[in-house]
Amino acid sequence: MSPNIQLNEDGSLRHLLSLDGLPARILTQILDTAEGFLSVSEQEVKKVPLLRGKAIFNLFFEPSTRTRTTFEIAAKRLSADVVNLNISASSQSKGETLLDTVANLSAMHADMFVVRHSSAGAAHLIARNVAEHIRVINAGDGRHAHPTQGLLDMFTIRHYKGGFHNLRIAIVGDILHSRVARSQINALTTLGCPELRVVAPKTLLPHEVEGMGVHVYHRLEEGIEDVDVVMMLRLQNERMQGALLPSPQEYFKYWGLTPDKLKLAKPDAIVMHPGPMNRGVEIDSDVADGEQSVILPQVTYGIAVRMAVMSILAGN
Amino acid sequence: MQLPDPNELIDRLAEQIRPSLSPECALVGIHTGGVWVMEALAERLGADLPRGSLDIAFYRDDFSRIGLHPVVKPSHIDFDMEGRRLLLIDDVLYTGRTVRAAMNQLFDYGRPAAIRLAVLVDRGGRELPICADFAGLKLDLPDDRHLSLTRSADGRLGFVQGAA
Repeated sequence: MSPNIQLNEDGSLRHLLSLDGLPARILTQILDTAEGFLSVSEQEVKKVPLLRGKAIFNLFFEPSTRTRTTFEIAAKRLSADVVNLNISASSQSKGETLLDTVANLSAMHADMFVVRHSSAGAAHLIARNVAEHIRVINAGDGRHAHPTQGLLDMFTIRHYKGGFHNLRIAIVGDILHSRVARSQINALTTLGCPELRVVAPKTLLPHEVEGMGVHVYHRLEEGIEDVDVVMMLRLQNERMQGALLPSPQEYFKYWGLTPDKLKLAKPDAIVMHPGPMNRGVEIDSDVADGEQSVILPQVTYGIAVRMAVMSILAGN
Repeated sequence: MQLPDPNELIDRLAEQIRPSLSPECALVGIHTGGVWVMEALAERLGADLPRGSLDIAFYRDDFSRIGLHPVVKPSHIDFDMEGRRLLLIDDVLYTGRTVRAAMNQLFDYGRPAAIRLAVLVDRGGRELPICADFAGLKLDLPDDRHLSLTRSADGRLGFVQGAA
């Protein structure tokens, strides 16, 4: 097996666990394939037969309705049989280990696992212990990675801006706790984005941020000046209680994206958000629903991107 | 084997198709060569007919053996399929599997009134009960030979032959 567990010996994609270490050719292959899947939603029958007969298990060890639903729709549009398992409510509470759960599901002739877990590395652990024919997709593990979210962000940027090589992009908000931000930074760097900024209060930046090849800003007004893309992150309410931030109102005052602040970016800048949004905390409703917002198209593209990942993995 | 100029075959194909055209007709080309033929045919036929294009990569029956085609183009069918008499167009008709996949895909856009098949070259070798209604050229090519249409940067069409 290749030293990179995500790749086969011929360099093709075997599992999707993280965008870290994936070459640009694979990221581009996924984005190109997703373009083809966009037209499936225009068909009267919104399905293609690619994964007919394949069994995909959505293993959600932590709840996430939105991500689970988009994976489920993607799998069904590929004609796969989908089983959704909310494991925190069943076998884990009875003491079964993660690998026991996976072994049992493998014995039910699974072809693919989509894994969401609160612990970083859970999807990697499963990928290292599944049968040769089974493919694993990380749907978010702890603070570590959320690769399909990162890919759909790349798809959205490429769709509206045509590429990555002349862009100035700002990622704004809770970088410290965001697996989305890590995936975005990895992918944008690999795809050749020349100027990547992270904009956040010091308490919401990871210590290693300086080594990630990004420019760091502590004032929103400076951080989004003349950028082509503003990628807002969700502020998790529980961070407020951890004394990392004073209050939602104060956060909004300094870090919330309002129409006035957005004017500092380029006039044709797009605004992105991975959802779910906290309106009036990290983003003003007038921006979220405004002409520069591409937040709802991101959701649509997320299905095409997940279809692309599943079909590429199944075909390799 | 010396093949005629593709443009001559498209002229021939257009003359075969012309008498059967009606306002309900629409042209659908199969990526990539079929779309080139469709564009050239539409120019010759002169009729303002709706046009669409299909990439059948997601409908291939050999996905489980060879995986996904590396370059997939979006399909575009921007007209209502209901009641349409479709002319499905491809460059080379061989086993019939591509046409079968294209028909499966077309029915996922709706129920056309009829589908007829036009190809630039029918090279024989069918593996499915499919035949062309219109063909610019019919020939028997052995299974170990490859034939496809190409288009140069300046838009000129040509054939490529070789070992399969």
